[in-house]
Amino acid sequence: MLENYLPILIFLIIGFGVAVVMLALGFVLGPQRPDQAKRSPYECGFEAFEDSRMKFDVRYYLVAILFIIFDLEIAFLFPWAVVLKELGMFGFLAMVMFLGILVIGFIYEWKKGALEWE
Amino acid sequence: MAEFIQGLGLPEALATFIIILIKIVAILMPLLLALAYLTFAERKVLNYFQARVGPLHVGPRGWLTPIADAIKMLFKEIIIPSGANRFLFLLSPVLAFGPAMAAWAVIPFDAELLLADVNAALLYVLALTSFAVYGIILAGWASNSKYPFLGAMRSAAQVVSYELAMGFALVGVIMAGQSLNLREIVLAQQGGLWMWFWLPLLPLFVIYFISGLAETNRPPFDLAEGESEIVAGYQVEYSGISFGLFFMAEYANMILISVLTSLMFLGGWLSPFEGIPYLEEWFAWVPGIVWLLLKTSFFLLLFLWVRATFPRYRYDQLMRLGWKVLIPITIVWLILLGGAIVGEVGPWFD
Repeated sequence: MLENYLPILIFLIIGFGVAVVMLALGFVLGPQRPDQAKRSPYECGFEAFEDSRMKFDVRYYLVAILFIIFDLEIAFLFPWAVVLKELGMFGFLAMVMFLGILVIGFIYEWKKGALEWE
Repeated sequence: MAEFIQGLGLPEALATFIIILIKIVAILMPLLLALAYLTFAERKVLNYFQARVGPLHVGPRGWLTPIADAIKMLFKEIIIPSGANRFLFLLSPVLAFGPAMAAWAVIPFDAELLLADVNAALLYVLALTSFAVYGIILAGWASNSKYPFLGAMRSAAQVVSYELAMGFALVGVIMAGQSLNLREIVLAQQGGLWMWFWLPLLPLFVIYFISGLAETNRPPFDLAEGESEIVAGYQVEYSGISFGLFFMAEYANMILISVLTSLMFLGGWLSPFEGIPYLEEWFAWVPGIVWLLLKTSFFLLLFLWVRATFPRYRYDQLMRLGWKVLIPITIVWLILLGGAIVGEVGPWFD
């Protein structure tokens, strides 16, 4: 069973390895002539006039929180989905209730305007 | 091949290792070639959509263009901005490219032709495709420049939003296939064109493909790049091969989404003529992998077609589509599907 995962481990190492090797090749083959103008952050030709790690809209944060809730939900659905046929009606109804509670939360956040971007 | 290496008298562990390595190279080499020529195909297809001819000059009829592009990228300077976090700046293209390759470990190309036959294949693929967002957000943060930062913020919110729709669509596939193993999901679709999951899971099929477009930051959801507003988003400060890795990761992810869509909704390597008299026998000699490649190419063409046809979404429209259209539809369809499976409805779930 577990030995089936060995190729995946090797593949992961090779996948990341190829990327590292290509990056290293880029450093070896490409020229390295940095200067002040080249290394300054791009800002449409102007001098950067403010730190770029600036404030950002809180809604991005909100989306991330909502994502965690729903993603957890999906994580719960995965094992249930595999065995749904064996569980039969009981398993189905249990998940309908679970989904129903989630949908109530979803409607609440919708009505609260958490999903609005203007 | 495998017998030959085992017969060399090497220690068993080493022989197994070499066989796995050869298999991985046999997957990676065609993949790298395919993604190089996908960039060429994209330019050609887009150009013909716009009544132009596209690249013609490198090699016969332009066929060496992607090779020349790759060589050019390797020989360009990698510029690291003075304010950047050097380690994270160089780590992020690796984080974008690595998972795009490694996800191929569990893709079955035929009933017997697969590298790792694991039970959690779909979970693994989902994990690695969601990994892509780390590359983007780290790139935007580490660049210490305004446009990459904006691009990364947009992209992170976009990718996680569409990942939900994608995850729900996958739950539908698992319910219908009763397995997380991609090979078993394909085998559950046996019985001809009308048994493939695209029909009972039609809304999920469409939503999965749309989310695939958004997950790979392809047009019309390419707000992370948005070259007319934030120049190139998170890629602004990248040059040479460090940009090339992002670029290749995007195309590898496109191919991956296309293969997954074919496997999960269009019966993978199964022949479309199964169960049809005469046609089934006439096409019986076609190996399964050819069908899989044809289906994959169809979805890749769809990727390019969509790019040529639709204008870019506005950000509020993008979030509205993800949260207010796709997610409710998937939840409703999951409940209907659950009822259909428990009630053993139709030819699909009996």
